[in-house]
Amino acid sequence: MTDLPDAPKRYATWLLWGTRVGLVLLVIAFIAYAGGFLAPHVPIERTAALWGQPAAAMLQDTGLRAGWDWARHLPRSDMLSLAAIALLASCSIPCLAVAIASFAHGRESLLAWICVIQIAILVLAASGVLAGTH
Amino acid sequence: MGAEAASLVATTPWWVWPLALFVVCFCLGIIAVPAGVGGGVLFVPIVAGFFPFHLDYVRGAGLLVALSGALAAGPRLLEGGLANLRLALPLALVASASSIGGAMLGLALPSNVVQVALGISILGIVAIMASVKNSEFPRVERPDRLSQALGMHGIFRDGATGREEAWQVHRTPLGLALFVGIGVLAGLFGLGAGWANLPVLNLVMGVPLKVSAGTSSFILSLVDSSAAWIYLHQGAVLPIIAAPSVIGMMLGARIGAKVLHVVRAIVIRRLVLALLLFAGIRALAKGLGIWT
Repeated sequence: MTDLPDAPKRYATWLLWGTRVGLVLLVIAFIAYAGGFLAPHVPIERTAALWGQPAAAMLQDTGLRAGWDWARHLPRSDMLSLAAIALLASCSIPCLAVAIASFAHGRESLLAWICVIQIAILVLAASGVLAGTH
Repeated sequence: MGAEAASLVATTPWWVWPLALFVVCFCLGIIAVPAGVGGGVLFVPIVAGFFPFHLDYVRGAGLLVALSGALAAGPRLLEGGLANLRLALPLALVASASSIGGAMLGLALPSNVVQVALGISILGIVAIMASVKNSEFPRVERPDRLSQALGMHGIFRDGATGREEAWQVHRTPLGLALFVGIGVLAGLFGLGAGWANLPVLNLVMGVPLKVSAGTSSFILSLVDSSAAWIYLHQGAVLPIIAAPSVIGMMLGARIGAKVLHVVRAIVIRRLVLALLLFAGIRALAKGLGIWT
């Protein structure tokens, strides 16, 4: 069995750039949101009045639905911050995709399949199918 | 919430809370690194206990704090050989699937039930952290068949001592079963799960301590991603809470990495255990309606 040194290296490179972009976007979007430079979908004062309530109550009060509904309100500053968070939660997907290529190239089909299933789990979570409705 | 506390929350300008959150997370970031814990396990009980936010948003932010730390550390751990892909991927797969179930369960249960369970879990974590003695190079006589099929072995080169040691893994089926439970807890409470990953990798599966620590952090990057999506889609991620937490914790962790060289880790670890003990009792009492 080979040591496959390129799989961790390629994974690391994609992870490094995905994380950097996500974090920079999060900082920029949050400055725009908290600094009032870009209008939010829900004013901060309203959010602050509701942050003691459960998430389901907040969604109902702000007219949002569970799932990808928040993306409809881009580029509002609060939703831009959520987009940056979504990017951070997604940045392992391309890393796994490049690992599949490395494992398949090294005839490591079991590990390649594990990566495929892991991507499927992340995509299922990201799809919003499991979010249900409120 | 008590009448006095409710009045304090009502009269405090909104911006005080995110600012206080940033400062608290910055401090938690400083102590988390020398104490050898992820930020999530400190963040959730402390913020849930002392800030006016609903537990849903605290858990959502806790997952993101743990996720950001794991993502930021991931590339260096992989390139340095401290995180092992062959070892991490099968364990992360079962834990990330179960973390989705944990997240859905956590958002469906009444918050006082989750609060009580959180308090009990935190007190359990304190007991584990105080009693478990990890082993630098555990002895693995014979690898099991599953670990051989998955190629879970390697050679660890310790940069600090120059020591080079071949390692292999045993009890893989038990390790996988434990990671299912770890995933549920990570999703349910938004804690991250480094506190549990490390002893399972090191003491149950026989992975060298430094490879366990690096691989544990890498596993978090996949487990917390799955659970974070569930919280995000259920409206349990508020940027006004999550962003200052993530930014504060990451800035604090940079200081913590420098502090690591000048403070006695044991002193910080005791401080963290005392903080967790207090926060665990607070969470339990809050959930039971004794101390609101």
